[in-house]
Amino acid sequence: MTELPANPWQVMMTTVGAVTPETQGVQTYNLTFDDAAVKYSFLPGQFNMLYLPGVGESAISVSSDPGNSTTLSHTVRVVGNVTRAMARLRPGDKLGVRGPFGTAWPVADLSGKDVVVVAGGLGLAPLRPAIYHFIRHRSDYGRVTVLYGARTPDDLLYAAEYDAWRAADINVEVTVDVGSPDWLGSIGFVTTLLARLQIDPARTGVFACGPEVMMRFISASAVDRGVPADQVFVSLERNMNCAVGLCGHCQFGAAFVCKDGPVFPFDRVRQLLYVEHF
Amino acid sequence: MTSPDPGTELWLPKPELQGVIDHLRAIGYEVVGPRVADGAVTLGEITSLAELPAGVQDEQEPGKYRLKVIDGGGYFDHVVGPHSLKPFLFPPRTTVLQVLRVRDSWEAHSPDLPRPKRAVIGVRSCDLHALAIQDRVFLGGPHRDPEYAARRDGLFLIAVNCSRSAATCFCVSMDTGPAVTGGADLVLTELPDGFVVRIGTDAGGAVLAGLGCRECTPSELTEAEAVPKRAAAQQTRKINPATVHDTLMNNLQHPRWDDVANRCLSCANCTMVCPTCFCSTVNEVTDLAGEQTTRERVWESCFNEEHSWTGSGAVHPTTKSRYRQWLTHKLATWIDQFGSSGCVGCGRCITWCPVGLDLTEEVAAMEGSHG
Repeated sequence: MTELPANPWQVMMTTVGAVTPETQGVQTYNLTFDDAAVKYSFLPGQFNMLYLPGVGESAISVSSDPGNSTTLSHTVRVVGNVTRAMARLRPGDKLGVRGPFGTAWPVADLSGKDVVVVAGGLGLAPLRPAIYHFIRHRSDYGRVTVLYGARTPDDLLYAAEYDAWRAADINVEVTVDVGSPDWLGSIGFVTTLLARLQIDPARTGVFACGPEVMMRFISASAVDRGVPADQVFVSLERNMNCAVGLCGHCQFGAAFVCKDGPVFPFDRVRQLLYVEHF
Repeated sequence: MTSPDPGTELWLPKPELQGVIDHLRAIGYEVVGPRVADGAVTLGEITSLAELPAGVQDEQEPGKYRLKVIDGGGYFDHVVGPHSLKPFLFPPRTTVLQVLRVRDSWEAHSPDLPRPKRAVIGVRSCDLHALAIQDRVFLGGPHRDPEYAARRDGLFLIAVNCSRSAATCFCVSMDTGPAVTGGADLVLTELPDGFVVRIGTDAGGAVLAGLGCRECTPSELTEAEAVPKRAAAQQTRKINPATVHDTLMNNLQHPRWDDVANRCLSCANCTMVCPTCFCSTVNEVTDLAGEQTTRERVWESCFNEEHSWTGSGAVHPTTKSRYRQWLTHKLATWIDQFGSSGCVGCGRCITWCPVGLDLTEEVAAMEGSHG
């Protein structure tokens, strides 16, 4: 993994390549490092701090293939000042990057097992590097399933890629909360997809990312079905400012989500995840 | 003349403390000490003994701080004021990065690190423990804070054993004072005519070389030993450090959180005066042309709603959730993170709370409950 500088706020400049509109208010930015000497690598589930000078920083998960070292991608939804300014970036513009930070989806630990990836909405973005990993190392795993739920068919992220994932022997099941006249797929929350899925709980690992309420239901439901709580992983969202455990914003109980997370085994966060506003 | 060894106790006549200040200044230190400013005993640069708050005593109660002067009193009869060592190591406002527009891109420069040589006179045991706690926060993890490290290297500490406790002090229960047990270059105990000085480090011993010190008499040593004991005996507030972790973490839904939220203004004063609170935020400060941006780190507080802001709203949107975050972190999860409590019993959060909230009372209200 990329070594971090002595000044944790030092930033690496990148040039924006393709900007791909995904869904309403969501775009994917491809970035390349301006300094050819930068040897950047990351683990699936880690995040970067993306920086626009004069505007500020935003913590965004890497959504590209960890096996591809030439292009780094981030899928970003407009939610505040920084992401609104980022939405105006065009190819050739500059964007600062600090990172990578945080814990990763433990893909290596699930070797030989079945994997269920559960995503809600934009939660698919931090999971996509893990999906790419499973595709690259498909024979290392048993059954690999992606369960994905979005609000409407128009909100489905990376929809053009599902067929390629299926062709790589990934079982991809998609559902929406609210259908549309031409939607022929499943309607309902992603929890219903998990409830229907045949699993062998003792040899299954679950990765979940989405709204916190969805992760609570998915994790509880996986554990109810017999998946060990330390084999269920969630990625938490908190306010990240320094990203290195010094600024205090992201604390969740004893954890600094920026360095002890964002990916946690469910058994570590289970108790506090159900305390409102903790 | 050879320097006295660490552990040695010597007698320093009162006027000779000026010699300590002069010596430190001569070898390049800025000397900081307590003096009266803005109606409080605060820390600032001093050059002379005359600036020390002789005879000044502070009356502290929840939400109250007043000074009075006692004729013939000592230099260090006051207890802790609103300042601690924190702002000298972790400044309230500092630059972490400078970014310049260069043609169509940006160049980011790490600022030159300040390397002040600073000597602080009159540091109390609670604040030495707070310093050790901040060392673990800023230097103990995988990412060290470079500015804190640079400032920490140049620090020379002259501690004082407290002769009084404020009504808000509870260091005895936190096992952080009032007697200084380590972490200082020199430790003073003030008696009417002079100081018993314990040498803490070789650097401390070197400062005393050449001054008019002599060996202490047995009665001076006995008298000095009694000084912090007298302060300890005055304390009435307490927290039980052995049980407070579970008291809070087993009561995250206790009705007392709603009760305290009705009284708390969420003003963040407690976190500003706390010697261990370390939250910060980096802001963009830009020139009008947009050619230069300074990334400025400022103190932040978990009592501000923005502190926990995410794309889906604030994680701590209510005063209840913010007070609970502060207290559970300070007294419970801090232990899980850093192996010690985040509280040193200095009582500043009680004194400087505008509505006089007292964390020891809040903990006591939940003791013995579960759920």
